[in-house]
Amino acid sequence: MKIIEVKKISKKFGKLSVLSDVSLTVEKNQIISIIGPSGSGKSTLLRTIVNFEDIDKGEIFIEGKNNKTKDAISKVGMVFQNPNLFPNKTVIDNLISAPILVKKMNKNMAKKLGEYYLKKVNLLNKENYYPSRLSGGEAQRVAIARALVMQPDILLLDEPTSSLDPELVNEVLITIKKLAKEITILIVSHEIKFVKEISDKIYFMDKGKIITSGKPESIFFEQKNQRLKKFLKTFSYKLN
Amino acid sequence: MIAESLINSILFILKGGLTTLAIWVITVLLAIPCAILIAIIRIRYKNSLGRVIDLYTGLIRGTPLLFQLFFIYFGLALIFKINLPSFLAAVIAFTNSWMIYLGEVFRGGFNSVDKSQYETCKILGLNYYQTMRYVILPQAIIAILPEINNQVIEIIWSTSLLSTIGVNDILKASKVILMRDLTITPFIIAAFFYLLFNNIITLIFKKVEKKCSSYKPNYKYL
Repeated sequence: MKIIEVKKISKKFGKLSVLSDVSLTVEKNQIISIIGPSGSGKSTLLRTIVNFEDIDKGEIFIEGKNNKTKDAISKVGMVFQNPNLFPNKTVIDNLISAPILVKKMNKNMAKKLGEYYLKKVNLLNKENYYPSRLSGGEAQRVAIARALVMQPDILLLDEPTSSLDPELVNEVLITIKKLAKEITILIVSHEIKFVKEISDKIYFMDKGKIITSGKPESIFFEQKNQRLKKFLKTFSYKLN
Repeated sequence: MIAESLINSILFILKGGLTTLAIWVITVLLAIPCAILIAIIRIRYKNSLGRVIDLYTGLIRGTPLLFQLFFIYFGLALIFKINLPSFLAAVIAFTNSWMIYLGEVFRGGFNSVDKSQYETCKILGLNYYQTMRYVILPQAIIAILPEINNQVIEIIWSTSLLSTIGVNDILKASKVILMRDLTITPFIIAAFFYLLFNNIITLIFKKVEKKCSSYKPNYKYL
């Protein structure tokens, strides 16, 4: 079953073409990764999927529905480069606000659900903390739990470790790895080794285009594309 | 005899103080919700409604409060034959002015909240009202608390203009005694009341700011 279908989309910022004829499909229970150099359009692609950016050409469907519909967007959870937690709410309130306000869940039920997901990201002991007291890794894990509490069918992760100190990256990656068994994920990441381990399929983007795609083994070991080879070379120390 | 006269003076000025306080409370209670609404309209609606509010903001910010006060009290009576009691005219003029001034403060507050907070709310499914009410407004208020504090203190200072349209506020009450007794004491008492009001308000705001400091944004991780 296709969860996300991006059909030949293009997007320009002024005269600059940031996405050009991009197509991509995410099937249920797949882990799809997008890699590529900075400025290649990876994050813009995710932002167009959730309708934060309008597209100039093409179509995007989420579970068969146009991504401009509220119903389609409700199937998607998203975690950004920064956790974007609500600083005026405790960790648990960050989690339960949307279920209460959007899904009209009663507070006790929402709290139980929130605690369930906090336990999943190993942060149940921090439920009454304000975000300012969390480390970067903890805040990002709370952001993941907050996205999951809405029980989306797919989780979009936009470079979830890029704003973290190196020693905090691992705790977030472990959390994502754990989740990868339970939910469909579309992830943009520079953690090449991690992407190689968890992905069912990898898309390589450059200058707003999908240059090549395939299973991890074909991307990392059988690749003939010179641009991808050059890109991967910069990560060779991380892959070994 | 002197003590009795002093007590009478204090009580008379205190009565004026109650009028000042009443106008201040009504102004704050009415102006703040209107200011929030105006700020939201100016941010969200760039259509003709937004432009009308922009123009009106320019008009109010570009004219002195005393002029607005005279316009509502004398002007309306002359043009439309609407004779408002001085207290009501004062409340209308003050609310009208401060909803615009505070509207600008709230607008700045809303704009200071990172765009990513709006996007997060959107992806979580919150509608615009829920986003503003539960996420943006509380953060904006924390950011603008010191400025709101300044503005509400300024409302008290500005009540001294009310004597010009006959409202019996602190200043007018003390002036009446000064004219009668030809002594500076009523002004000292009035100054004491002004200081007391302002310090109480500042103290309350400091307490609120302290309470909010536990959830001030740590932008490194938010």
